[in-house]
Amino acid sequence: MSALLEVSGLEISFGTLSAVRGASIEVRRGETHCLVGESGCGKSVTALAVMGLLPNNGLRHAAALRFDGQDILGLDEKGMSRLRGDRMAMIFQEPMTSLNPAYTVGSQMAEVMVRHRGVSKRAALDRAAELLARVRITSPEMRLGQYPHQLSGGLRQRVMIAMALMCEPELLIADEPTTALDVTVQAQILRLLADLQKDLGLAILLITHDLGVVARTAHRVSVMYAGEVVESSPVEQLFERPMHPYTRGLLSCVPVPGKIRRDQPLGSIPGMVPHVTSGFEGCAFRQRCALVRPDCAGPIARRKPEVDHDYLCQIAPEDMATS
Amino acid sequence: MSAPLIEVRDVGRQFRVRSGLFGQPKRVVAVDGVSLSLKPGEVLGVVGESGCGKSTLAKVILGLLEPTAGEVLIDGKRLAGLDRRERAKLIQPVFQDPFSSLNPRRRVRDIVGMPLEAQGEATAGEVRKRVEAMLERVGLDPSMGERLPAQLSGGQRQRVAIARALVMRPRIVVCDEPTSALDVSVQAQVLNLLAELRREFGLSYLFISHNLAVVEHVATEVAVMYLGRIVEQNDAETLFRDPRHPYTKALLASVLTPEPKLGIPETGLGDTMPDPTNVPPGCRFHPRCPVAIERCGLEAPATQRKAPALVECHLATIT
Amino acid sequence: MRSWRAWGLWLGAFIVGFTLLVAIFAPMVATQDPFAQDLSRRLVPPSWMEGGRPQHFLGTDGLGRDYFARLVYGARISMLIGIATVVTSGIIGIAFGVIGGYFGGRIDDVVLFTITARLSIPLILVALAVVSLVGSSLTVVVATLGLLLWDRFAVVARVATMQVRTLDYVAAAWSAGCSQPYIVLREILPNILSPLAVVATLEMALAILLEAALSFLGLGVPPPLPSWGLMIAEAKDYMFFNPWVIMVPGMSLFVLVFGINLLGDGLRDLLKTGRVA
Repeated sequence: MSALLEVSGLEISFGTLSAVRGASIEVRRGETHCLVGESGCGKSVTALAVMGLLPNNGLRHAAALRFDGQDILGLDEKGMSRLRGDRMAMIFQEPMTSLNPAYTVGSQMAEVMVRHRGVSKRAALDRAAELLARVRITSPEMRLGQYPHQLSGGLRQRVMIAMALMCEPELLIADEPTTALDVTVQAQILRLLADLQKDLGLAILLITHDLGVVARTAHRVSVMYAGEVVESSPVEQLFERPMHPYTRGLLSCVPVPGKIRRDQPLGSIPGMVPHVTSGFEGCAFRQRCALVRPDCAGPIARRKPEVDHDYLCQIAPEDMATS
Repeated sequence: MSAPLIEVRDVGRQFRVRSGLFGQPKRVVAVDGVSLSLKPGEVLGVVGESGCGKSTLAKVILGLLEPTAGEVLIDGKRLAGLDRRERAKLIQPVFQDPFSSLNPRRRVRDIVGMPLEAQGEATAGEVRKRVEAMLERVGLDPSMGERLPAQLSGGQRQRVAIARALVMRPRIVVCDEPTSALDVSVQAQVLNLLAELRREFGLSYLFISHNLAVVEHVATEVAVMYLGRIVEQNDAETLFRDPRHPYTKALLASVLTPEPKLGIPETGLGDTMPDPTNVPPGCRFHPRCPVAIERCGLEAPATQRKAPALVECHLATIT
Repeated sequence: MRSWRAWGLWLGAFIVGFTLLVAIFAPMVATQDPFAQDLSRRLVPPSWMEGGRPQHFLGTDGLGRDYFARLVYGARISMLIGIATVVTSGIIGIAFGVIGGYFGGRIDDVVLFTITARLSIPLILVALAVVSLVGSSLTVVVATLGLLLWDRFAVVARVATMQVRTLDYVAAAWSAGCSQPYIVLREILPNILSPLAVVATLEMALAILLEAALSFLGLGVPPPLPSWGLMIAEAKDYMFFNPWVIMVPGMSLFVLVFGINLLGDGLRDLLKTGRVA
């Protein structure tokens, strides 16, 4: 299978702050790729950079940025806006901020399609109603005439998803789509996304901090830390044989229902995420790492313990297993 | 058995909200006939979705909101009649948002020292000594006392909030979603700290959270709230192993454990969202309940009690 | 855009600061006596114009008083009125607003009613009526304006207090056993000062203009005190033949009020970018 989205050596900086340092990600058709990490690790800016939506003070460099084989790095704003909302679409954590409170759900949904496809408003509204039904919203015709504030959080997120699907995108970028929702609604929305993916062959780049979401939805996972992809692998391998000390630490921090021992402390990672500025060298995790060695301050090797599985660390897979 | 530290007796709390210019004022039933008790040394977890009334309940127990029905006893004394200093020595809060829970214009040492200052018994020197010791105990360097909240990370702020709550050695701490705004690794640090402090100071927690995994980790007893009522309660182990109420079952099924092969669960709850301005007749969960029968829409289920278990459902029994 | 705004803030601060310094050190800035009349030297033009005299930098007025000295002492009156009015109305308005916003319910209803009642009082008419009844003096002007201009303080303080009082740190202070006055003074007040600072600049500009208007009508500061409004009023008889007499106080008034407004705008932008309450 070929990659639909190919990001390689992505660098993003805001002034002297390096937000993303040499991140490479591939999202294939019909696959969910989870970008996981804690706040400030660069996962959201990575998504914005792919969409060409970085704020003005953000600088983007990359070795390659290809969508369906086409280079989008050199694309100007006009070309990008033609792609956005059409072949690639994005949904956000808080749907209220990305829906315009002054317009009805229907007119906002229709506008996307009228703009990109040049269809009539009537046809666009029909399509909107069809998609609202598709994301399992009951009585879609009535919802088209409602304003965003009249909908619950879960419904709004469904509307956002339906809106993103208006022009049958091939790539959907979802930035923490369920973080603001209750657990029961979260499960419903994630199921919906998985079903849509199966039916439409969507490629999904899902950004989240929640390892539970990752485990249940991802085909492939990239773990980001301080702007770097520190580990990348298929989901089962990552949870069964995590390699990078940060991934391992992160997994030990999560209380797993059913496997909880109340008298035992949770695993935790000491310290805090460092501020990484340009010219930073070595492993950004070394101050918090229990396995730190003197050569962690130098250039770090990317290791490949299995096919399709790589991580960024000085310690070889065989030594990692015993530590 | 020792007397309960918190006793909530049939507490209700309603709000009036006006919607729109000419809208009829609506009654929001946030908490409705809740009774519970917290025994010394216990951690009572309260779980539920947003809008279920768990935060309102916490505010009522802290005395920040007056109940519209029922009463709250803290250490056997009526909360409403407690002197503010006496109350502060018994019960302290830790809130969710580490940004809005610290006054942005005051230094950390003043924030942590505030409860001592309010008691007005300790000298300035004693206050400083106790604040420094407390900061150290929650894992902050005493030099952080000079900083303003804006100069701290989310995790550090939450440690400051914990230090403020514990500097007077209260007996009860009400934790309202204390780790929800934090990153996973920081959440683990804070949870471990709360657990250590509880053992060390002999504290009891009322622990409110929407995160069931976190509650399972910390709580000894758990109450599940739905639309203002406790629909199920039990000791933590039993509740998580053998839930009785269909809502508890659905909540537990929705938790995404980090186990890749399990896929995304089907909750069976449908689209109707609970609306506290319009509480359904009969069992308030019946519009979403996957196993509801006709009776559920007609008649509110009785509260079945057999300590520590409680359940409110026509189709569930306590064994 | 951003740099122009920052520039406006600095320009405003400079104008206000400069006027304040001139007002404070008036006796050192102006060497002439602003009250000393010399009918033999009436309407001397400024020193750089034809017929000007070096000892009268801005010339003299219709009674032969040194115009520069009158302008400098007039700055004193304007600043004094501006600051005294803002302090008086600020204390009244903030007290009202904070009490209403903090306690809510019935108390807030009373506060709101009072604000509404005050807003329906025609400002200038009442000021005119009071001054003409009681007689004009500096104290009367300050007291009248101070008692009339508190509404905006009250509105802003009330809303800001309502926002801040729902924040968790206020709940934490309450739970810590702090008394209500302590919570209001230490936890709430410091966090609503930023928007109130902006209101203060607006009110100060308004007070200065109102004083000028009252003085122009002969109901403000009594002569011979050198107020800019009074100077404009006295100059209007000569404005066609000696236009500088009216331009000097008129321009000064414009520049000062403009500077105060620039400062207020700049402050508002500055506070908007930060985390304000």
